[in-house]
Amino acid sequence: MARIVLQNSDIARALTRISHEVLESNRGPHDLVILGIPTRGVVLAERIGAQIRQIEPGAPADLVGSLDVTMYRDDLAHHPTRAPQRTRVPSGGIDGKTVVLIDDVLYSGRTIRAALDAIGDLGRPRAVRLAVLVDRGHRELPIRADFVGKNLPSSTDERINVRLAEIDGSEEVSIDLATGAGA
Amino acid sequence: MRHLLSTRDLLRDDAIALLDIAEDMSEVQNREVKKLPTLRGKTVVNLFFEDSTRTRTSFEVAAKRLSADVINFSAKGSSVSKGESLKDTAQTLAAMGADGVVIRHSASGAPQVLAQSGWIDAGVVNAGDGTHEHPTQALLDAFTMRRRIHGDAARGRDLEGVSVMIVGDVLHSRVARSNLWLLETLGAHVTFVAPATLVPVGASTWPVDIRYDLDAALAEVRPDVVMMLRIQQERMNAAFFPTTREYARQWGLDDERLLALRPDSIVMHPGPMNRGLEISSRAADSAQSTVIEQVANGVSIRMAVLYSLLSGDREARS
Amino acid sequence: MTTTLIRGATLPDGTTTDLLVADGRIAERGTAIATPSGARVLDAAGLVALPGLVDLHTHLREPGFEQSETVLSGTRAAAAGGFTAVFAMANTMPVSDTAGVVEQVQALGESAGYATVRPIGAVTVGLAGARLSEIGAMANSRAAVRVFSDDGKCVHDSLLMRRALEYVKTFDGVVAQHAQDPRLTENAQMNEGALSSELGLKGWPAVAEESIIARDVLLAEHVGARLHICHVSTAGSVDVVRWAKARGIEVTAEVTPHHLLLTEDLIRSYDARYKVNPPLRRDEDVRALREGLVDGTIDIVATDHAPHPEEAKDCEWDHAAFGMVGLESALSVVQAALVDTGLLGWSDVARVLSQTPAEIGRLAGHSHSFEIGSSANIVLVDPASSSAFSTDRLAGKSHNSPYLGMTLPGSVRHTLHRGYQTVNDGVVVDAGEVAAAAMGVARG
Repeated sequence: MARIVLQNSDIARALTRISHEVLESNRGPHDLVILGIPTRGVVLAERIGAQIRQIEPGAPADLVGSLDVTMYRDDLAHHPTRAPQRTRVPSGGIDGKTVVLIDDVLYSGRTIRAALDAIGDLGRPRAVRLAVLVDRGHRELPIRADFVGKNLPSSTDERINVRLAEIDGSEEVSIDLATGAGA
Repeated sequence: MRHLLSTRDLLRDDAIALLDIAEDMSEVQNREVKKLPTLRGKTVVNLFFEDSTRTRTSFEVAAKRLSADVINFSAKGSSVSKGESLKDTAQTLAAMGADGVVIRHSASGAPQVLAQSGWIDAGVVNAGDGTHEHPTQALLDAFTMRRRIHGDAARGRDLEGVSVMIVGDVLHSRVARSNLWLLETLGAHVTFVAPATLVPVGASTWPVDIRYDLDAALAEVRPDVVMMLRIQQERMNAAFFPTTREYARQWGLDDERLLALRPDSIVMHPGPMNRGLEISSRAADSAQSTVIEQVANGVSIRMAVLYSLLSGDREARS
Repeated sequence: MTTTLIRGATLPDGTTTDLLVADGRIAERGTAIATPSGARVLDAAGLVALPGLVDLHTHLREPGFEQSETVLSGTRAAAAGGFTAVFAMANTMPVSDTAGVVEQVQALGESAGYATVRPIGAVTVGLAGARLSEIGAMANSRAAVRVFSDDGKCVHDSLLMRRALEYVKTFDGVVAQHAQDPRLTENAQMNEGALSSELGLKGWPAVAEESIIARDVLLAEHVGARLHICHVSTAGSVDVVRWAKARGIEVTAEVTPHHLLLTEDLIRSYDARYKVNPPLRRDEDVRALREGLVDGTIDIVATDHAPHPEEAKDCEWDHAAFGMVGLESALSVVQAALVDTGLLGWSDVARVLSQTPAEIGRLAGHSHSFEIGSSANIVLVDPASSSAFSTDRLAGKSHNSPYLGMTLPGSVRHTLHRGYQTVNDGVVVDAGEVAAAAMGVARG
């Protein structure tokens, strides 16, 4: 049985808070680049980008991009071949910028490790921050999020499902016992 | 995908997936750091029983940009030319731990024999076998067409409705065969134009229109793409046509024929070109020509192929 | 000498009988023959008895290519397939173009004892297609050669072919032509058509065979000679031979088992076991060949047993050798292609695999219709069995069979050569035993 831990309104509130926190820590929208990690991280990045532009009308129009990390994963050999997804960097590039990586769930930290490597091949940002909707713990690498929507202590045999309207048609975060391999 | 041996058995969705991955790879080609760590620790062997610096180099660059180790194993100056069998060579490479073998061979079917043999458990890429197939060339040609026609909106698209005319020595051309099957799969319409001596026996049963008169065919079909095939030196003395002069006059893309093309038609050639024979210099160097793009796209396609074959769990791929 | 009683065999005409074999001959025939003391009894209930099969086209490879086959191993394969006589092709090294070589081959066959070996003499010296070999010397030798062939190569010079046809008349011989225009088949790899074009393998056009047959039947007519056409493989060839026979030309033709069953589609695998000369053809050719055999246009089935070592096949298609082994599988393939399809009965099988090939090769006193006094060359076949063809069935040196893994009907249970067993209960009899029995017959 799935247990709902974040509802529609909880997700909206969390993203609004993260948007404010990002602006606060960056002291405004300048030299800011938001990069979502496909698939759901890109949707979250777009929402956060829209909120930032709402809060700070002076924010650059081309603020949000996507960063595919498939080619940098360390577990390629353990899964069927993955189709890579699109990487798109905002027109200003990332050199000297503050890049905020957005993902839906932070778990082992390996995806973020791959993302840091991918960023390194794209340029040299001034700083890289990390924002996630859910941090479920069980880190396998020394990585932590700067902005967290909700800390969700979980056991490794549980599964966290993030559903977003743009992709899944509904909007919620739920937790249930994993039936197959974890996310 | 376990091996890439031909385009004839390539499914539409798999072909489009390869073209889409190649789009991603081509973006990497435009970055300052052109290398990906994806195939770190994998070994790719370029096993070339036939000379082809262009194709070998293209595969080598592709493998290196994916961080694979590359070993070039060419027939010249190796035991292969001293009568070592394909079997022994394959077993040697297997013992060295090759994960992928890119094979160019003058014998049609040699890549398939290698893939089916059980001599080596590596992914096999056909880099041109006899007069059979040259699948990565066809993929890079389709990629080039798709980009020219659909631009930035190319991802996910096929070549529905595109008219492609392939001109020249179809009989001996693995490029023509691989292109025909792939273009047919992607929804394009193909016309072969050649003297009857250079049309394969039985090609009338293939999904292609066959014409002999290039001028009439160009005027009636008004193709989106004209692909000129190379005339091999050894064909010139084998009675397939009387003289190269006559061939160039009848089937060469000369300046007049170039001007008669639709201005948005593209001109392709798999290279290396015989300027003045099957293609004039003006045609080869015109804005309509994609000859240089084809070379660049070749690296992207070959990266996509190597990625698809060599990343991922081998059990899950077979 | 042992006496053997075959109990309850079904003859080609469908009747059931006992056969008593004594002193190398069929001594008695009838129902409920009493078992003579000391006689060996073979229970042949449910088995079809055929006269010992005669292969007009076998490559025994000795002398010269003993890594592929020897006279001993090749005749073992023959026995396993139910053959009691084989005609050994001349493309040995040295070529069988002198009395010395053909007598050697014949002698090797006699001492091995598994089957009667009749050497074929080369038409031209060294198979080079330039000068006639010493046809008379071979004809008059102990080997008494009657069939002459450059098989593997075509006698393509028209004048030389005319002379050969004329000259062999002198000795009641026959030229067996390997019909292949050499220019049209330079470096050819498989049947020419849409599939060869797709696979990128150099085409071997049907016309390269048909044009030579057309020329040769006209030459045979002109000089009034006998002509035999080896391994006819195309529908067009069947038409040409049919036309020639209707005109009264003295031509006979053979077809191989593989051309009666297999088609070029197998080559999609690039598996060189399917590489053969002439090449596998299309389905419509297979149908025309079967029809030709049924209506008598094609006279016989001959194996073109062509052994090759593993390394000659375990490689790229272009580099592989042409040929398939066929002795061990021939009868099963004929049953699958012609008997089980209702096209031929067992008496037709006896005709095309024993009686007519013996006639064409002038092999007297070997084949028969089970008359009393006939030389006891007999094969007993279980037509009801069916099994996956495996290397267990191969009794020669080489394993280049296209049928491995294929389910085929029929199996040879017993083979008797001149009255003694070469195959007993599906197992090839030990070489020493066979050689001793053969020596006994020779003395007796």
